[in-house]
Amino acid sequence: MSAAAAEPFRDARRRRQADEFGMFVFLASEVMLFGGLFAALSYDRVRHPGAAARVAEHLSLWLGTANTAVLLTSSLVVALATLAARDGHRRWTTAGLVAAAALGLAFIVIKGFEYRVDDAQGLTPRGGPALAGHPPTSLFIALYYISTIAHAVHVTVGVTLLAGTATAVGRGRIGVPARAMTIHLVGLYWHLVDIIWLFLFPMLYLARP
Amino acid sequence: MNGRVRRCVVAWLALMGLLALTVSLTFVPLGPWRLAASLAIAAVKATLVAWTFMELGGAPRTVRLVVALTGGLLLVLIGFSSLDAAVRGAGA
Repeated sequence: MSAAAAEPFRDARRRRQADEFGMFVFLASEVMLFGGLFAALSYDRVRHPGAAARVAEHLSLWLGTANTAVLLTSSLVVALATLAARDGHRRWTTAGLVAAAALGLAFIVIKGFEYRVDDAQGLTPRGGPALAGHPPTSLFIALYYISTIAHAVHVTVGVTLLAGTATAVGRGRIGVPARAMTIHLVGLYWHLVDIIWLFLFPMLYLARP
Repeated sequence: MNGRVRRCVVAWLALMGLLALTVSLTFVPLGPWRLAASLAIAAVKATLVAWTFMELGGAPRTVRLVVALTGGLLLVLIGFSSLDAAVRGAGA
């Protein structure tokens, strides 16, 4: 196979553009996955505003707020790690990615603790004192679990990507600044996970009466 | 601190301020406007993350096109389904 066949791009800049474009197309598919969940949440909120308010009253506003702050901070750290990678600072890049992965892990731990609190309050789709046998409320709780678990799975994937990339950069398998685009692409995924939470937060936690 | 780093830190401070504003609105009796206000603030926060952290401001036109199309399709999906819910009569 000739070198031209192996390298279809005119130059390195065009290759980076293609990498970024491909990542954004993938992120668009992720947005549409969560778009279905947001459509269901919106539909339920319009049809049964009382149910959303009843559930939101039992959710922990402060744990939700803490998790939003954790994700926003992790996004900042990833953005700084990307800048460090472009400047060729291997240690700062590694440190930034490790810090972001740790914050992602903190998000999962806080969310897990919150699920325990929810369960103790009877906030489960199967029933309990918080539901009082009201089907629309049960539906909203089911949507709460489906959307937050789907999001938590994405956070877990993100943490794995961040930790794996940090290890690869630290050991020199991903060289900086030559492969700074790799860190940028991992960062793009992480920022999207953050953005999805930015909309889940008001849809779920701020529906209070 | 160079300009790019400063821009990211300023964006983060703005995001934290907007988060505080959203949470504060929970304690203000705005009625049905609370959802609209909190979603509008979420949209501003998402734009800040996309523009600054995801570097959409300096992204090629093809990338911006993907983002615009995705946003448009999302609005159609959520907008029309919400409209359908609203015109079907009062819920429980």
